[in-house]
Amino acid sequence: MIYITIFIAAVFVNNIVLSQFLGICPFLGVSKKISTALGMSGGVAFVLTLSTLITWLIFRYLLEPFELAFLQTISFILVIAALVQLVEIIIKKISQPLYQALGVYLPLISTNCAILGVAILVIQKEYNLLESVVFAFSTAIGFGLALVLFAGIREQLSHTKIPKGMQGTPIALLVAGLLAMAFMGFSGIVKL
Amino acid sequence: MKNKVGIILNGLIKENPTFVLVLGMCPTLATTTSAINGIGMGLATAFVLIFSNMVISLIKNLVPDNVRIPSFIVVIATFVTILELVMQAYLPALHESLGLFIPLIVVNCIVLGRAEAFASKNSVLDSALDGIGMGLGFTFALGLLGMIRELLGAGTLFGLQIIPEDYGMLMFILAPGAFVSLAYLIAIVNRIRKVS
Amino acid sequence: MKKLESSFKNMVLVLGSISIVAAAALGWINELTSEPIRLAAIARQEKAIRMVSPEFDNQPVEEQFELIDYEGNSLICFPVKKEGKLLGVAIETFSMKGFNGEVRLMLGLKPDGSINNYEVLKQSETPGLGTQMTYWFKTDKNNQSILNKDPGKDKVWVDKDGGDIDAITAATITSRAFLDAVDRAYRAYMEHGGTVVDVVTTATIEEKEAQK
Repeated sequence: MIYITIFIAAVFVNNIVLSQFLGICPFLGVSKKISTALGMSGGVAFVLTLSTLITWLIFRYLLEPFELAFLQTISFILVIAALVQLVEIIIKKISQPLYQALGVYLPLISTNCAILGVAILVIQKEYNLLESVVFAFSTAIGFGLALVLFAGIREQLSHTKIPKGMQGTPIALLVAGLLAMAFMGFSGIVKL
Repeated sequence: MKNKVGIILNGLIKENPTFVLVLGMCPTLATTTSAINGIGMGLATAFVLIFSNMVISLIKNLVPDNVRIPSFIVVIATFVTILELVMQAYLPALHESLGLFIPLIVVNCIVLGRAEAFASKNSVLDSALDGIGMGLGFTFALGLLGMIRELLGAGTLFGLQIIPEDYGMLMFILAPGAFVSLAYLIAIVNRIRKVS
Repeated sequence: MKKLESSFKNMVLVLGSISIVAAAALGWINELTSEPIRLAAIARQEKAIRMVSPEFDNQPVEEQFELIDYEGNSLICFPVKKEGKLLGVAIETFSMKGFNGEVRLMLGLKPDGSINNYEVLKQSETPGLGTQMTYWFKTDKNNQSILNKDPGKDKVWVDKDGGDIDAITAATITSRAFLDAVDRAYRAYMEHGGTVVDVVTTATIEEKEAQK
């Protein structure tokens, strides 16, 4: 089942953060507590899946037929930025508590390279619409997984004594490196 | 009237985007598998930084506040696409090794960050200099990281074998090595900054 | 520093004009660069073809034709000629059975299908292990080289599967994928062989095979 393969590959084997290096900024910035990590992951999952759907459609039905492929970068990023704005407005209207929880992170999501990265990747990999959406959603799960794992470790770290020079970013990167090494153990479990 | 050289040095050292501001991490970790790739990426980003800074500074008074961000994004995306097309035509090898990360310059926090923080508030000349300073700082950081990872991982430097390949620690070319190398580099920089 | 006020009209006007200027600028640059991009892509293919074939004087990229592999995929075949005589072909082949996905090769075959040389075009195998494929199968050591082997006569697959070729140590899956790409190209070429004609003798590949 190709969709299961895509899912396992995106979440474990080619984890978007720990192996593809996309989404590092929010990964480092929003992972100090598990609750914020979950909030960010939720927001990313929603925006990522929706934006991949829309950008795929734009590429297939607008850019490709009219030989406007060179407008890919500019149109994709505008769609993503607009989508994030829209999502923010909608969440604000629908649910105040949800907005309070996610609100700060939403603008950050538009500069999350993972969103634009996935949009471009599905075009490169020549996935069809369903495969692209499954891939996007799986990537978001992978992002969430890495983020929550990371946040859990960092919460523990805040109780330990760390040398001055390593505090903050360096120790975070080191932990990320160890996580990346662990995830490398997944390579080869699915044949793409 | 800001000190012109000071602006450049600021981007290079005092507010180095990678070591101090900790921005633009994605390309930093992904493209530094070799010195040439790192430097190539740095220079590509510098190109976009300089020109988008300049154009944004030029139009800063014409852009209403509420459409600031989308307008900046359009300008930045335009230069990124120009870069992409030119690289595809004249530097195909580098284009292929940097791959996905060339269009991703558009979401590199450094570029939008400087547009917001500096170019939208300063003259065209100063904005260009800031772009040059930040660009050089980024290139320096990426080049350094690239050299370290290439040397420790494959024993080569710019493609020349310095240490026999058998002594290379493969990990440095792979994902974990990127995180670990950058971690220690930033730790060292932190130490230097606290001392000085 | 007087800024334009954020009225709806102004916002639409400004964003709209910026977008139009941007699109126009990009359209222009796209025009300027489309020819160099096309030429750069051809140059890359020619470089790969040159690396796996003897010296030629024709335009293989312009004379390319399609081969169909055993899964129905299309492979591009570039005939390589000197003074009109067919020296062989270069085939851009691939396998999706790599440890980490696609492995792409340019395989140079002699007119009878035996292997002249190969160049790896694209792969994302484990660095230090699978990536050795770029030189492993050309190295004349043990039984690992595939050069000059004829897939029709020799068992050009890994020893673990009963073949004659020494796989890369600790990278059997990668080796299998590599040889799958080779096998794919060979079989597609031989199946098509009927219409690839040696221009000098005008004997088809089948006729030449029958003569052996």
